[in-house]
Amino acid sequence: MLILTCPNCGITAEETEFHAGGEAHLTRFGPGASDADFEQYLFMRDNPKGVHFERWRHVYGCGKWFHAARDTVTLEIFGTYTAQTGTPPQDILDTIKDRRPDWQGSGTS
Amino acid sequence: MKKYSAFAIAREALRHHTGWQRAWRDAQPKKRYDVIIIGAGGHGLATAYYLGKNFGITNVAILEKGWLGGGNTGRNTTIIRSNYLQDPSAAIYEKSRSLYETMSQDLNYNVMFSPRGVIMLAQTQHEVRGYQRTAHANALQGVQTEFIGPERVKELVPIINIDGPRYPVLGGLYQARGGTARHDAVAWGYARACSDMGMDVIQKCEVTGIRREGGKVTGVSTNRGDIDCDKLGMVVAGHSGHLADMAGFRLPIESVALQALVSEPIKPCMDVVVMANTVHGYMSQSDKGEMVIGGGTDGYNNYTQRGSFHHIEETVRALIETFPMVSRLKMLRQWGGIVDVTGDRSPILSKTPVEGVFINCGWGTGGFKAIPGSGWAMAELMAKGQSPLTDAFGLNRFQEGRFIDESVAAGVAH
Repeated sequence: MLILTCPNCGITAEETEFHAGGEAHLTRFGPGASDADFEQYLFMRDNPKGVHFERWRHVYGCGKWFHAARDTVTLEIFGTYTAQTGTPPQDILDTIKDRRPDWQGSGTS
Repeated sequence: MKKYSAFAIAREALRHHTGWQRAWRDAQPKKRYDVIIIGAGGHGLATAYYLGKNFGITNVAILEKGWLGGGNTGRNTTIIRSNYLQDPSAAIYEKSRSLYETMSQDLNYNVMFSPRGVIMLAQTQHEVRGYQRTAHANALQGVQTEFIGPERVKELVPIINIDGPRYPVLGGLYQARGGTARHDAVAWGYARACSDMGMDVIQKCEVTGIRREGGKVTGVSTNRGDIDCDKLGMVVAGHSGHLADMAGFRLPIESVALQALVSEPIKPCMDVVVMANTVHGYMSQSDKGEMVIGGGTDGYNNYTQRGSFHHIEETVRALIETFPMVSRLKMLRQWGGIVDVTGDRSPILSKTPVEGVFINCGWGTGGFKAIPGSGWAMAELMAKGQSPLTDAFGLNRFQEGRFIDESVAAGVAH
C-alpha cells in the first residue's frame, strides 16, 4: 500500500485515494513530427526496474494531477512534486541520489 | 530418458520407486550455443522445444535467473481459451489451444489438460453485444464458441446468481473446448523434453549484459560467465524492458503486478471456468478443490511480485455478488506476478533493432494459454526469420498504427 502526499492540496493518503497515470515527462511532439517521434510519445516507455517518475491524480480529493518519484522494486516514494514541470526538481533528484547512490538516470528520456 | 507409462509406475511400485531418474539434467553453461533463450518459463521452454522438434536446432541453452517456471508460469490461474476477436490473435491462441489437447502425449508428461469449458459472462448490454460479435468472428475464424443465454449459464454453473441487483447475468460467451491445465507441469514437461534433446536448461544463471558487435548479437554476460551465441531469444515477460535496456532499445511495455488467490479446498462445485470481466474477477476450481481466483492488475509500474490489498478486496467483493457462496470461504494464499502489458494488449513476437535478437513478450495478463502456440511461432520466427503466426505481432506495428486491439474485445481480464 503506497502512501502519497498530494503537492496540490497537501493531503497525505493511501493509494486508493489516487489513480496512477503512467510515466511522467513524456515529450509530446508537435506538427511535423515523424512517425518515430509519435511512437516514442504514445507507446515507448522506460519501464525501469528502479527509480520511476510517474503521473498520479488525486481522484478522490482535489482531483488534480501531480508527479511522483518512486522505486518500482522497493515501492519507496522519494517524493511528489508539481505536474507543471518538464523535469524533476532538484530536491527530488537529491533525495534519490542520497538514497540510491548508483542511480544513473536523469528523470528525462 | 525413460518413458513414463502405466507400466513404468507398476515396475517402480515393485521396487520401492528407486528407479526414477531426474526429469532433466542439471546443466552447466558451455562456451557457445547456436541459440540462447533467456527465460525458462513456459514460453521460453516451448520456444526451445519447438526449435528442436520442428527445426532440428538442438545446440540450445535456456537461461533462467531463478528457478524453472518460477515466474508467471507458476503464478497464473491456468485458464486456456482462444475466443479472441481479431484474426491474428485467434490464429495464435487457437493454435495454442489445439496444441494443449495433445501436449501430454507429445511430451510424455501429464499436464492435466482439462477442457472443461470457459464462460465469459455478459453482465451489461454492452458486453452482450460485444460477445455476440466475438462469437460471430470466432465462427469465421474456425474457433468454436457460442453465445448462450442466462438459463444455460445457470445450468452449467449452478452456484451462480444470475439475477444479482447490480450485475445480472445476461448471457455468456461459451467456449466448450477451453479449460485449464497444470501450469507447473507444462514447464516441467517442456524442460524434460528439451533436456532429452540435448539442450541445456541452466537455472540460477542471470543475464547481466548483452554483448554486441556491429549491431549484431555475439553473446550474453551472466553471473556464471560469458556465453556466445548466434541467435538470442528474450522470453522474460515482466523483465522484458529491463533486458531490452541492456540490448539498447526500448519497448512499448509497462510492467505491473497481477494478483491471484486460492480458497481452502472444498468439494467439487463448479466444473467450468467462469470469467466476469465487468467486475474484474474470474474463478475456477482446481483438482485439489481450491477455488482459484484472479482479478485485475494494479495500476502502477511494479517489479515486486506482490500487489495491493485493495485490488484483492475489489475482486472478491465483485465475485461475492455473482457467486454468493464465496462469502463463506476462507482464502488460503495470495500472490502476485509481474506482467508485461503493451499499448494494444496484444503480444510482441518480433525481430529487434539488434540483429540476431528476437523478442517474445507483451502477453500481459493472459500468457499461460498461449504457451505452446507462442513457442511454436517463436521457434519458426527464430529459425526461418519469418512466421505467418507472428507477422502481425511485430514491434513495427506501433509505429505503423497496425494495432491488434484486444483491450476492449477480450474484456481486459485475459
